[in-house]
Amino acid sequence: MIDFTTFFSMGGYGAYVWPAYGLTALAFAGMLGWTLLTLKSRRREEQALSAAGRNKRSRRGVKS
Amino acid sequence: MTTARIPLLHRYANPAAFGRLAAKVLPWTTALAILLLGLGSYFALFASPPDYQQGESVRIMYVHVPAAIMSEVVYGMMAAAAVAGIIWKHALADLFVKAAAPLGAAFTFVCLVAGSLWGKPMWGAWWVWDARLTSELILFFLYLGYLALVDAFDDPQRGLRAGAILVLVGVVDLPIIKFSVDWWNTLHQPASLMTLSGPKVDPSMLLPLMLMIGGFMAFFVSVVVLRLESELLARRIRAWRTATSEE
Repeated sequence: MIDFTTFFSMGGYGAYVWPAYGLTALAFAGMLGWTLLTLKSRRREEQALSAAGRNKRSRRGVKS
Repeated sequence: MTTARIPLLHRYANPAAFGRLAAKVLPWTTALAILLLGLGSYFALFASPPDYQQGESVRIMYVHVPAAIMSEVVYGMMAAAAVAGIIWKHALADLFVKAAAPLGAAFTFVCLVAGSLWGKPMWGAWWVWDARLTSELILFFLYLGYLALVDAFDDPQRGLRAGAILVLVGVVDLPIIKFSVDWWNTLHQPASLMTLSGPKVDPSMLLPLMLMIGGFMAFFVSVVVLRLESELLARRIRAWRTATSEE
Protein backbone atom coordinates (compact mmCIF):
# COMPACT_ATOMS: atom_id res chain seq x y z
CA MET A 1 0.00 0.00 0.00
CA ILE A 2 1.39 3.39 -0.98
CA ASP A 3 1.59 5.98 1.76
CA PHE A 4 -0.27 8.80 0.05
CA THR A 5 0.44 11.49 2.61
CA THR A 6 4.17 11.01 2.14
CA PHE A 7 3.75 10.78 -1.62
CA PHE A 8 1.78 14.02 -1.93
CA SER A 9 4.05 15.93 0.43
CA MET A 10 7.02 15.21 -1.91
CA GLY A 11 9.50 15.63 0.90
CA GLY A 12 8.15 19.11 1.62
CA TYR A 13 8.28 20.18 -2.04
CA GLY A 14 4.69 19.21 -2.88
CA ALA A 15 3.67 22.84 -3.28
CA TYR A 16 6.18 23.15 -6.14
CA VAL A 17 6.17 19.67 -7.72
CA TRP A 18 2.38 19.26 -8.07
CA PRO A 19 1.64 22.66 -9.65
CA ALA A 20 4.42 21.95 -12.20
CA TYR A 21 2.85 18.62 -13.18
CA GLY A 22 -0.69 20.07 -13.01
CA LEU A 23 0.22 22.90 -15.37
CA THR A 24 1.87 20.45 -17.78
CA ALA A 25 -1.23 18.22 -17.81
CA LEU A 26 -3.45 21.27 -18.30
CA ALA A 27 -1.30 22.55 -21.18
CA PHE A 28 -1.41 19.14 -22.91
CA ALA A 29 -5.19 18.88 -22.44
CA GLY A 30 -5.59 22.44 -23.71
CA MET A 31 -3.48 21.90 -26.84
CA LEU A 32 -5.30 18.68 -27.74
CA GLY A 33 -8.81 19.82 -26.78
CA TRP A 34 -8.63 23.17 -28.59
CA THR A 35 -7.17 21.49 -31.68
CA LEU A 36 -9.89 18.81 -31.80
CA LEU A 37 -12.74 21.31 -31.28
CA THR A 38 -11.51 23.56 -34.09
CA LEU A 39 -10.88 20.59 -36.38
CA LYS A 40 -14.39 19.18 -35.85
CA SER A 41 -16.16 22.48 -36.50
CA ARG A 42 -14.09 23.05 -39.65
CA ARG A 43 -14.81 19.54 -40.93
CA ARG A 44 -18.54 20.18 -40.49
CA GLU A 45 -18.37 23.59 -42.19
CA GLU A 46 -16.32 22.28 -45.11
CA GLN A 47 -18.80 19.44 -45.67
CA ALA A 48 -21.76 21.82 -45.54
CA LEU A 49 -20.14 24.23 -48.01
CA SER A 50 -19.12 21.53 -50.48
CA ALA A 51 -22.61 19.98 -50.29
CA ALA A 52 -24.16 23.42 -50.94
CA GLY A 53 -21.83 23.88 -53.91
CA ARG A 54 -22.88 20.51 -55.37
CA ASN A 55 -26.60 21.28 -54.98
CA LYS A 56 -26.24 24.64 -56.69
CA ARG A 57 -24.48 23.11 -59.68
CA SER A 58 -27.00 20.26 -60.01
CA ARG A 59 -29.93 22.70 -59.78
CA ARG A 60 -28.44 24.75 -62.58
CA GLY A 61 -28.00 21.52 -64.54
CA VAL A 62 -31.73 20.70 -64.19
CA LYS A 63 -32.83 24.17 -65.31
CA SER A 64 -30.87 24.31 -68.58
CA MET B 1 -14.30 15.64 -58.20
CA THR B 2 -12.44 17.43 -55.44
CA THR B 3 -8.94 16.65 -56.68
CA ALA B 4 -9.75 17.76 -60.22
CA ARG B 5 -11.00 21.14 -58.96
CA ILE B 6 -7.69 22.16 -57.41
CA PRO B 7 -4.96 21.16 -59.85
CA LEU B 8 -2.64 23.97 -58.73
CA LEU B 9 -2.07 22.67 -55.25
CA HIS B 10 0.50 20.14 -54.24
CA ARG B 11 -0.78 16.67 -53.52
CA TYR B 12 -0.91 16.76 -49.72
CA ALA B 13 -2.09 20.36 -49.62
CA ASN B 14 -5.45 18.82 -50.51
CA PRO B 15 -7.28 18.25 -47.18
CA ALA B 16 -8.66 14.87 -48.29
CA ALA B 17 -5.24 13.56 -49.35
CA PHE B 18 -3.63 14.95 -46.22
CA GLY B 19 -6.42 13.44 -44.12
CA ARG B 20 -5.62 9.99 -45.54
CA LEU B 21 -1.93 10.46 -44.77
CA ALA B 22 -2.79 11.68 -41.26
CA ALA B 23 -5.00 8.64 -40.67
CA LYS B 24 -1.99 6.40 -41.36
CA VAL B 25 0.43 8.31 -39.11
CA LEU B 26 -1.81 9.26 -36.18
CA PRO B 27 -2.54 5.83 -34.65
CA TRP B 28 1.20 5.21 -34.26
CA THR B 29 2.20 8.61 -32.90
CA THR B 30 -0.80 8.69 -30.55
CA ALA B 31 -0.06 5.22 -29.17
CA LEU B 32 3.60 6.17 -28.75
CA ALA B 33 2.67 9.41 -26.94
CA ILE B 34 0.33 7.61 -24.51
CA LEU B 35 2.87 4.84 -23.86
CA LEU B 36 5.87 7.14 -23.34
CA LEU B 37 4.02 9.78 -21.30
CA GLY B 38 2.42 7.06 -19.13
CA LEU B 39 5.69 5.21 -18.49
CA GLY B 40 7.58 8.49 -18.17
CA SER B 41 5.18 9.86 -15.53
CA TYR B 42 5.36 6.60 -13.58
CA PHE B 43 9.16 6.67 -13.47
CA ALA B 44 9.25 10.44 -12.92
CA LEU B 45 6.90 10.40 -9.91
CA PHE B 46 7.31 6.91 -8.39
CA ALA B 47 10.19 4.83 -9.68
CA SER B 48 13.10 7.26 -9.60
CA PRO B 49 15.21 8.37 -6.63
CA PRO B 50 15.15 11.82 -5.03
CA ASP B 51 18.25 13.92 -5.69
CA TYR B 52 20.95 13.85 -3.00
CA GLN B 53 20.97 17.65 -2.88
CA GLN B 54 17.57 18.73 -4.21
CA GLY B 55 15.41 15.99 -2.69
CA GLU B 56 12.03 15.39 -4.30
CA SER B 57 12.02 18.81 -6.01
CA VAL B 58 14.20 17.27 -8.73
CA ARG B 59 11.05 15.64 -10.15
CA ILE B 60 10.15 19.03 -11.67
CA MET B 61 13.06 18.37 -14.04
CA TYR B 62 11.05 15.66 -15.85
CA VAL B 63 8.55 18.24 -17.15
CA HIS B 64 10.81 21.32 -17.22
CA VAL B 65 13.62 19.88 -19.36
CA PRO B 66 11.40 18.17 -22.00
CA ALA B 67 9.34 21.38 -22.29
CA ALA B 68 12.55 23.41 -22.70
CA ILE B 69 13.84 21.04 -25.40
CA MET B 70 10.49 21.19 -27.22
CA SER B 71 10.43 25.00 -27.05
CA GLU B 72 13.69 25.04 -29.06
CA VAL B 73 13.05 22.04 -31.32
CA VAL B 74 9.61 23.31 -32.37
CA TYR B 75 11.02 26.75 -33.14
CA GLY B 76 13.84 25.15 -35.14
CA MET B 77 11.31 23.13 -37.16
CA MET B 78 9.25 26.28 -37.75
CA ALA B 79 12.35 28.10 -39.01
CA ALA B 80 13.18 25.22 -41.39
CA ALA B 81 9.59 25.19 -42.65
CA ALA B 82 9.67 29.00 -43.04
CA VAL B 83 12.71 28.65 -45.31
CA ALA B 84 10.98 25.92 -47.32
CA GLY B 85 7.85 28.06 -47.59
CA ILE B 86 9.76 31.09 -48.84
CA ILE B 87 11.97 29.22 -51.34
CA TRP B 88 9.65 26.51 -52.71
CA LYS B 89 6.31 28.18 -51.93
CA HIS B 90 4.96 24.90 -50.64
CA ALA B 91 1.59 25.54 -48.99
CA LEU B 92 2.11 22.83 -46.35
CA ALA B 93 5.40 24.40 -45.19
CA ASP B 94 3.73 27.79 -44.59
CA LEU B 95 0.83 26.16 -42.79
CA PHE B 96 3.16 23.99 -40.67
CA VAL B 97 4.70 27.15 -39.20
CA LYS B 98 1.24 28.40 -38.24
CA ALA B 99 0.09 25.00 -36.95
CA ALA B 100 3.16 24.49 -34.76
CA ALA B 101 3.40 28.00 -33.26
CA PRO B 102 0.74 27.72 -30.51
CA LEU B 103 2.22 24.37 -29.44
CA GLY B 104 5.71 25.85 -29.24
CA ALA B 105 4.32 28.75 -27.21
CA ALA B 106 2.62 26.31 -24.81
CA PHE B 107 5.83 24.28 -24.32
CA THR B 108 7.79 27.48 -23.69
CA PHE B 109 5.20 28.61 -21.13
CA VAL B 110 5.37 25.23 -19.34
CA CYS B 111 9.19 25.42 -19.36
CA LEU B 112 9.18 28.92 -17.84
CA VAL B 113 6.56 28.26 -15.14
CA ALA B 114 7.88 24.81 -14.16
CA GLY B 115 11.36 26.34 -14.04
CA SER B 116 10.07 29.10 -11.81
CA LEU B 117 8.44 26.52 -9.51
CA TRP B 118 11.79 24.75 -9.32
CA GLY B 119 13.79 27.95 -8.87
CA LYS B 120 11.87 29.16 -5.83
CA PRO B 121 12.78 26.27 -3.48
CA MET B 122 16.28 25.72 -4.96
CA TRP B 123 17.53 29.26 -5.65
CA GLY B 124 15.21 31.15 -3.35
CA ALA B 125 13.82 33.16 -6.26
CA TRP B 126 10.92 32.67 -8.69
CA TRP B 127 12.79 34.58 -11.35
CA VAL B 128 16.23 36.05 -12.02
CA TRP B 129 17.28 38.01 -15.08
CA ASP B 130 20.12 35.72 -16.00
CA ALA B 131 20.98 35.03 -19.64
CA ARG B 132 19.31 31.59 -19.86
CA LEU B 133 15.99 32.69 -18.36
CA THR B 134 15.91 35.96 -20.28
CA SER B 135 16.67 34.37 -23.66
CA GLU B 136 13.97 31.71 -23.05
CA LEU B 137 11.49 34.49 -22.17
CA ILE B 138 12.41 36.21 -25.46
CA LEU B 139 11.63 32.92 -27.25
CA PHE B 140 8.16 33.00 -25.65
CA PHE B 141 7.65 36.57 -26.94
CA LEU B 142 8.81 35.48 -30.41
CA TYR B 143 6.06 32.82 -30.43
CA LEU B 144 3.46 35.36 -29.25
CA GLY B 145 4.68 37.89 -31.81
CA TYR B 146 4.32 35.32 -34.59
CA LEU B 147 0.78 34.42 -33.47
CA ALA B 148 -0.24 38.10 -33.42
CA LEU B 149 1.37 38.84 -36.79
CA VAL B 150 0.10 35.83 -38.76
CA ASP B 151 -3.54 36.85 -38.27
CA ALA B 152 -2.99 40.60 -38.65
CA PHE B 153 -3.47 40.73 -42.44
CA ASP B 154 -6.64 40.59 -44.55
CA ASP B 155 -4.81 38.34 -46.99
CA PRO B 156 -3.85 35.16 -45.07
CA GLN B 157 -0.97 34.53 -47.48
CA ARG B 158 0.64 37.84 -46.55
CA GLY B 159 0.24 36.98 -42.86
CA LEU B 160 2.01 33.66 -43.37
CA ARG B 161 4.83 35.39 -45.28
CA ALA B 162 5.32 38.12 -42.66
CA GLY B 163 5.21 35.50 -39.90
CA ALA B 164 7.82 33.36 -41.67
CA ILE B 165 10.17 36.33 -41.84
CA LEU B 166 9.69 37.04 -38.13
CA VAL B 167 10.46 33.39 -37.32
CA LEU B 168 13.68 33.58 -39.37
CA VAL B 169 14.82 36.80 -37.70
CA GLY B 170 14.13 35.29 -34.27
CA VAL B 171 16.12 32.12 -34.98
CA VAL B 172 19.22 33.94 -33.68
CA ASP B 173 17.75 33.42 -30.18
CA LEU B 174 18.18 29.61 -30.38
CA PRO B 175 22.00 29.46 -30.14
CA ILE B 176 21.85 32.23 -27.52
CA ILE B 177 19.58 30.07 -25.34
CA LYS B 178 21.72 26.98 -25.90
CA PHE B 179 25.09 28.60 -25.15
CA SER B 180 23.90 31.23 -22.65
CA VAL B 181 25.00 29.00 -19.77
CA ASP B 182 28.55 28.82 -21.21
CA TRP B 183 28.90 32.41 -22.42
CA TRP B 184 27.65 34.10 -19.28
CA ASN B 185 27.84 33.44 -15.58
CA THR B 186 24.25 32.27 -15.11
CA LEU B 187 22.42 31.12 -12.00
CA HIS B 188 20.88 28.46 -14.27
CA GLN B 189 23.07 25.36 -14.35
CA PRO B 190 25.03 24.43 -17.50
CA ALA B 191 24.07 21.54 -19.79
CA SER B 192 23.95 18.03 -18.30
CA LEU B 193 22.45 16.11 -21.23
CA MET B 194 24.06 17.39 -24.41
CA THR B 195 27.66 17.65 -23.34
CA LEU B 196 30.74 16.62 -25.31
CA SER B 197 31.38 13.75 -22.90
CA GLY B 198 27.76 12.50 -23.04
CA PRO B 199 24.94 12.85 -20.50
CA LYS B 200 26.07 13.54 -16.95
CA VAL B 201 22.78 12.35 -15.43
CA ASP B 202 22.51 9.08 -13.50
CA PRO B 203 20.71 6.30 -15.47
CA SER B 204 17.93 6.17 -12.84
CA MET B 205 17.07 9.78 -13.71
CA LEU B 206 18.06 9.63 -17.37
CA LEU B 207 15.42 6.95 -18.09
CA PRO B 208 12.35 8.98 -16.98
CA LEU B 209 13.82 12.06 -18.64
CA MET B 210 14.28 10.29 -22.00
CA LEU B 211 10.79 8.71 -21.79
CA MET B 212 9.25 12.14 -21.17
CA ILE B 213 11.23 13.81 -23.97
CA GLY B 214 10.03 11.07 -26.36
CA GLY B 215 6.47 11.43 -25.07
CA PHE B 216 6.47 15.22 -25.53
CA MET B 217 7.80 14.73 -29.06
CA ALA B 218 5.21 12.10 -30.03
CA PHE B 219 2.45 14.27 -28.54
CA PHE B 220 3.65 17.24 -30.58
CA VAL B 221 3.71 15.23 -33.83
CA SER B 222 0.17 13.93 -33.22
CA VAL B 223 -1.29 17.33 -32.43
CA VAL B 224 0.56 19.20 -35.17
CA VAL B 225 -0.72 16.72 -37.77
CA LEU B 226 -4.29 17.39 -36.59
CA ARG B 227 -3.64 21.14 -36.66
CA LEU B 228 -2.24 20.94 -40.20
CA GLU B 229 -5.40 19.19 -41.36
CA SER B 230 -7.38 21.90 -39.59
CA GLU B 231 -5.42 24.69 -41.33
CA LEU B 232 -5.92 23.03 -44.72
CA LEU B 233 -9.67 22.85 -44.04
CA ALA B 234 -9.74 26.53 -43.06
CA ARG B 235 -8.08 27.42 -46.35
CA ARG B 236 -10.57 25.26 -48.22
CA ILE B 237 -13.48 26.94 -46.44
CA ARG B 238 -12.12 30.38 -47.38
CA ALA B 239 -11.81 29.26 -51.00
CA TRP B 240 -15.44 28.01 -51.02
CA ARG B 241 -16.65 31.29 -49.53
CA THR B 242 -14.71 33.40 -52.05
CA ALA B 243 -16.09 31.26 -54.89
CA THR B 244 -19.67 31.71 -53.61
CA SER B 245 -19.39 35.47 -53.12
CA GLU B 246 -18.00 35.92 -56.65
CA GLU B 247 -20.95 34.16 -58.32
